[in-house]
Amino acid sequence: MNVPSNLKYAKTHEWARQDGDGLITVGITDHAQEALGDIVFIELPEVGIKFKAGAECAVVESVKAASDIYAPVSGEVAAANQAAIDSPESVNADAYGVWLFKIKPDDAGKCAAELDDLLDAQAYGKVAESD
Amino acid sequence: MGKHTTLFATHNRAGAKLSDFAGWDMPIHYGSQIEEHHRVRRDAGMFDASHMLSIDFSGPEVRPYLSRLLANDVAKLTRPGRALYSCLLNPDGGIIDDLIVYFFNADHYRIVVNAGTAEKDLSWMEKQAADFSLEILPRHDLALIAVQGPQARDKVWRAYPGTRMVSESLAPFFAACDGDWLISRTGYTGEDGFELAVPATQAADIWAQLQAAGIAPCGLGCRDTLRLEAGMNLYGQDMDETVTPLESGLSWTVALGGDRDFIGKAALLSQKTTRQLTGLLLLTPGVLRAHQRVHTAHGDGEITSGSFSPTLAQGIALARLPQRVTIGDVVEADIRGKPHKAKVVKPPFVRHGKILVS
Repeated sequence: MNVPSNLKYAKTHEWARQDGDGLITVGITDHAQEALGDIVFIELPEVGIKFKAGAECAVVESVKAASDIYAPVSGEVAAANQAAIDSPESVNADAYGVWLFKIKPDDAGKCAAELDDLLDAQAYGKVAESD
Repeated sequence: MGKHTTLFATHNRAGAKLSDFAGWDMPIHYGSQIEEHHRVRRDAGMFDASHMLSIDFSGPEVRPYLSRLLANDVAKLTRPGRALYSCLLNPDGGIIDDLIVYFFNADHYRIVVNAGTAEKDLSWMEKQAADFSLEILPRHDLALIAVQGPQARDKVWRAYPGTRMVSESLAPFFAACDGDWLISRTGYTGEDGFELAVPATQAADIWAQLQAAGIAPCGLGCRDTLRLEAGMNLYGQDMDETVTPLESGLSWTVALGGDRDFIGKAALLSQKTTRQLTGLLLLTPGVLRAHQRVHTAHGDGEITSGSFSPTLAQGIALARLPQRVTIGDVVEADIRGKPHKAKVVKPPFVRHGKILVS
């Protein structure tokens, strides 16, 4: 199973990465795309909308089912990936390369704590295996 | 653990993603549902449909029995090998199942029913047979392989040249026996092809031989998007015992004329339909799903089957809408609480690789 060690993971199958600019980049895991099957539609939040950690903020739909995507940290949407919207199948091909949206954290300290609450690669690998 | 068809080990070895289907562990796809879908539209794919049940009916009174049992009229079956689609109704006109009946000769017919309803159908059929002289034999010894697509027939003949003689002249909805195989020019995809009813003991070898001839194994996932594009109903989703054929887009399968009495006829004759089953084409990006509400100028309706059409690259659905809605109307489908515009169209959406709606 493909679970990069430099990312943090939510039990709900999102990955999160803190970049140098302080933004948190979010996508879905390889296990999630595999379970969903062919992805055909992605609905992303508008830039500027605020979410709390754990809130529903996007939807990924495959031919089989619609899956809610939850914000891994609290903050404001700083960017949504138009390339993912235009080519939903690219998430199947490269789940860790094709990000969905970026969050500008409300507060650096709170964000660090929220990231800390997420799973590391090893723990997520176990969650995905038992899924 | 669910029930397994005789091809279960074959699917497992091929890396199929399995899922429960009416109590059976069946392949959903072997990698990509969309690729398998296109393969059937453009070339040839095959499905394990062995979870469906063939039932043989034989005896001197089979014909009058089927004439009473089925909503369509077996009198239409005059040439041996002819197949007919029909609903099996309860006395209220509710749909117990939809099926295909094959005519072999005056005292031998075969019916193929859905997997999820097989036991219910069988006990209903046995109960209705009390006053008739006939034998009912469920054929659990058969496997069913559906080979579908524009190249399907050619590739079957490539794999089994000997079958060409009996099957080349088959018109659509005809079947012929070749030894212990039944080869039918039928299917559930909107493409040309054959359905092969074969001894289960031979199924794994046949599957391998067909694959070697360039026929792609396909899962039931794309069978669903193919049949939806083809505007074909799925039992348990687009219809069940709470609705009649007249509100399920199946009036054409009910032979109401003449003196023939059949189970459910009186109910259908007195029914004033207020609902119809139509197609929907989503006019925005997104995917339509079963059970989404549909708002129309004539009241609300509901999507019964919805998906993303790989051929149209657009959301499509079958929906049960108020009778007064007409083809071409624009209605609103409720997707996650937001209205999305959709156009009412007459199914099918796609047949023989061609898009028929816009």
